[in-house]
Amino acid sequence: MTYTIEGRTGPWEIVVGLEVHAQVTSHAKLFSGAATAFGAEPNSQVSFVDAGFPGMLPVINHECVAQAVRTGLGLNAKVNLWSRFDRKNYFYADLPQGYQISQFAHPIIGEGVVEITLADGSAKNIGVTRLHLEQDAGKSLHDQHPQKSFIDLNRSGVALMEIVSEPDIRSPEEAGAYLTKLRQILRYLGTCDGNMDEGSMRADVNVSVRRAGEGYRTRCEVKNVNSIRFVMQSVEAEARRQIEVFETGGTVEQETRLFDTARGITRSMRSKEDAHDYRYFPDPDLPPLVIAQSWVDQLKAALPELPDVRRARYVAMGLSPYDAHVLTLERETAAYFEEVAAGRDAKIAANWVTGDLFAAINRTKTSIAAPPVPAAHLGALLDLLADKTLSGTLAKQVFEAMVEEGKSPGAIVEARGLRQVTDSGAIERIVAGVLDANTDKVAEYRSGKDKLFGFFVGQTMKAMQGKGNPALVNDAVKKLLG
Amino acid sequence: MSLDTATVRRIAALARIRLEAAEVERMQTELNDILGWIEQLQAVDTAGVEPMAGAGAVALRMREDVVTDGGVAPRVLANAPDREGEYFGVPKVVE
Amino acid sequence: MHPTDFTLAGAAEALHEGLISSVELTQAHLDAIAALNPRLNAFLAVTAEAALREAAASDARRKRGDARPLEGLPIANKDLFCTEGVATTAASRILAGFIPPYESTVTAQLRRDGAVFLGKLNCDEFAMGSSNTTSAFGPVENPWRRGNDPDARLVPGGSSGGSAAAVAARLALAATATDTGGSIRQPAAFCGIAGIKPTYGRCSRFGIVAFASSLDQAGPVARTVEDCAVLLRSMAGFDPKDSTSADVPVPDFARACGRGVKGLRIGVPREYRLDGTPPEIAALWEQGLQWLRAEGAETVEISLPHTKYALPTYYIVAPAEASSNLARYDGVRFGLRETVAGSDLRDLYERTRAAGFGAEVKRRILIGTYVLSAGYYDAYYLQAQKIRALIKRDFDEAFGRVDAIVTPATPSAAFGMDEKQDDPVTMYLNDVFTVTANLAGLPGLAVPAGLDHQGLPLGLQVIGRAFDEETVFAVGGAIERAANFRALPAIRAGVG
Ligand SMILES: [Mg+2]
Ligand SMILES: [Zn+2]
Repeated sequence: MTYTIEGRTGPWEIVVGLEVHAQVTSHAKLFSGAATAFGAEPNSQVSFVDAGFPGMLPVINHECVAQAVRTGLGLNAKVNLWSRFDRKNYFYADLPQGYQISQFAHPIIGEGVVEITLADGSAKNIGVTRLHLEQDAGKSLHDQHPQKSFIDLNRSGVALMEIVSEPDIRSPEEAGAYLTKLRQILRYLGTCDGNMDEGSMRADVNVSVRRAGEGYRTRCEVKNVNSIRFVMQSVEAEARRQIEVFETGGTVEQETRLFDTARGITRSMRSKEDAHDYRYFPDPDLPPLVIAQSWVDQLKAALPELPDVRRARYVAMGLSPYDAHVLTLERETAAYFEEVAAGRDAKIAANWVTGDLFAAINRTKTSIAAPPVPAAHLGALLDLLADKTLSGTLAKQVFEAMVEEGKSPGAIVEARGLRQVTDSGAIERIVAGVLDANTDKVAEYRSGKDKLFGFFVGQTMKAMQGKGNPALVNDAVKKLLG
Repeated sequence: MSLDTATVRRIAALARIRLEAAEVERMQTELNDILGWIEQLQAVDTAGVEPMAGAGAVALRMREDVVTDGGVAPRVLANAPDREGEYFGVPKVVE
Repeated sequence: MHPTDFTLAGAAEALHEGLISSVELTQAHLDAIAALNPRLNAFLAVTAEAALREAAASDARRKRGDARPLEGLPIANKDLFCTEGVATTAASRILAGFIPPYESTVTAQLRRDGAVFLGKLNCDEFAMGSSNTTSAFGPVENPWRRGNDPDARLVPGGSSGGSAAAVAARLALAATATDTGGSIRQPAAFCGIAGIKPTYGRCSRFGIVAFASSLDQAGPVARTVEDCAVLLRSMAGFDPKDSTSADVPVPDFARACGRGVKGLRIGVPREYRLDGTPPEIAALWEQGLQWLRAEGAETVEISLPHTKYALPTYYIVAPAEASSNLARYDGVRFGLRETVAGSDLRDLYERTRAAGFGAEVKRRILIGTYVLSAGYYDAYYLQAQKIRALIKRDFDEAFGRVDAIVTPATPSAAFGMDEKQDDPVTMYLNDVFTVTANLAGLPGLAVPAGLDHQGLPLGLQVIGRAFDEETVFAVGGAIERAANFRALPAIRAGVG
């Protein structure tokens, strides 16, 4: 079903392409040896190269190139063994060199694809046009002084991957799903931390609308949207604005806009560059970037398992598609699950992780990265369940105690004496006691009131403070009732 | 190709060089002299020739991903015409 | 003999023999600067105190027995090299007050080898010029005089005019310089000294104010070919801070100077016989070839068919790169800032750059901006890059047949300060013989070889294969010995 927005004159389709800027995970900047850490003191992570001082020259960071290649491989994209850096020339307060070093004509990564899953369970491929490496700009602070802007160059020169999608996205939901999936892939690969609130991922959202069956109309670019929710909202808001323009007989001008998160609308940028003319040309300080296929092969061989592959493997292990999806959303969740499931029943492990563990995380406001129960402890708990040391009910109790006390299940079982009783002689003695105490009920049972069986089991369990092995208790009750 | 004054002004704006009205015409003449002379290159047959961007190495050399620089804010800021604490100061920018 | 009359190698020898101290040698040069610089304007800054301090430290070090290759030798640096703690201007107002917090690799290596720095040398603004008249701090005067017109003040050539004039007038034993289209070789020829632009990538560009990154190369100017070789050995070498620096060994260039030319094949490009070249330049060229033949070389006529397109190609490539390289001069982080009440950021940029850049720099930035702008890139910049490839190919083919190429260094001798300035294109023609080596990235050496009818020096140029400076020095050394150039400039240390 094609998503449409109902206008006054009929339905409109929307067409969206995303340009995602993802900060490359690296220690040092793309072309200088300054650090990339978030939140440092102003201008403390700036080399003279990043500040565009006279005579300073760029030298490329090997790891940033490797990260771009890994990402390209993760997007099933073509890796270009020959690529090149160009200069994009424009003046801006936080662009010290007066140009951004970027890959305009010859990006390192060519066409790829991202498969997204939608709420109705359907899947769709979104094409990736290209991925290129480029420098980030510095930061301007406008609220520090009544007449001035302050410039911090800590971000200047940090490596970014710009990932450009095809205009294949047709709804706010698809835009959100694409970004979510892209972020998931980047995090799995370890090539970008995906922290949108720290600016590690930002999206330029290109939106146009059209009637069914039409070609593309003019698009507008909503710049620098910094959360998935805002991307979805900006798609909707910009599409509605354009529909309104068309329906009142106007024309949409190609322009860059900003998303006003407070008002939920897009607005034209006030400071428009006079007719964009970036004068791209090959950066004469940087010979072409030439990489070897053998190196690409090495990187490929060392690539971590990606979410789609992992999800399929979990389903093959017997997990439900839903559990497999949930467990692979975050790399940390999958890693946790794998540790718990190693050498154990995968389905039981999945139930505990998606059930009790997730509930505990919610309740304690922790995260899978710093879980309330270490994977090793949960694994040990499953072992106690498997070897019948604990019953299901007891295991739940022990788990809660683990969350409370942070101790291993073994320690808790010992301390509280929660070990399940599996000595059938001992159980039979207790059952005998229960039958002795309830001779009237025994008589009723024997005269045909079968339902009382549960009563005897319950009384036995109660007498054993829940520690009796349920199967053995059943057997004993059955045997002694004759 | 010959530059008119509007183009001279547009180029100067792109290059962020203020030209006083009196300078535009002189600059126009000089630029047109130079461009007129450069024009002879259009006659050269370059079909199938790979453009040459630089005279040096054919491939980038890469450095290790190690922090070797930064931590010198006072030196980075020392030459600033307007230093505001640990920042560079510029007239307020409106987005 | 006056201490400033030493060659660099000669001074090294005298220091080694204990005939003179570095302090004496340095003081003699500082005295010469004090006496002559007010007239020549070759130095923009003289670091006398630091120089004497370094010289004294150098003398002490020599006494301890660990003298380095350039120990105690006073030289000076073109003001395009960033020198830590010493103002660096690129001869532009826009770098007013700029004190680099870092040192260029080339000057750092010279220091490492023991050189004493006298100060910073004038040049054309951002190295854009061929007469050293575009400096924001006034023109440099050529220390030579016409015999028949001794009052005319002549240009030293450019852009390294301060370097060439200082060395010719004996204000420094030698100097660093840079060459983007001929800026070492043309002023060397105009001032009767030697200068080499090495192979692109031979000297690191780190810390050198950029003009056109794909063409810029540092090199020495000195009074002999050997001195150039000595200095280049210290200036050259792989630098991981410059992605275009070549990771190749640096040979002992000085040893090559005396190697001789026996058996070498010397190319004589047909296309360098330009209409309008003064006959005495053609004659000197022929003379030079005869000297080489007499020493056992074979001369071979070759063709470099795209030569005539080299200059216009250069005047697209260099301004294009410069328009981008000079964007960083914006009044925000260093140098000049020009505003009026109420200036916004854009106005700040436009006023700063209007006030900070001189006319020639503005012209080139505008040309460069234009040829890269939307709709013109292919016709100008891309076409120029393709022609550049053809020029390189011409040389590749020629060097399949010859070991070196010999040409005149300049199409004329030094001209008067008020001549040839009428229009930019006429001025650009000064680099007609030198610019091809920059486009192809090849080493080129200018050697003084004779005088014109006015008594002004003329030079020959030797162009070699990439990274074969040794053959260039061998050919240059042979020309130098045969020419036995002994004429001296009218203005020099120790003379009125
Ligand atoms: Mg964009
Ligand atoms: Zn970008």
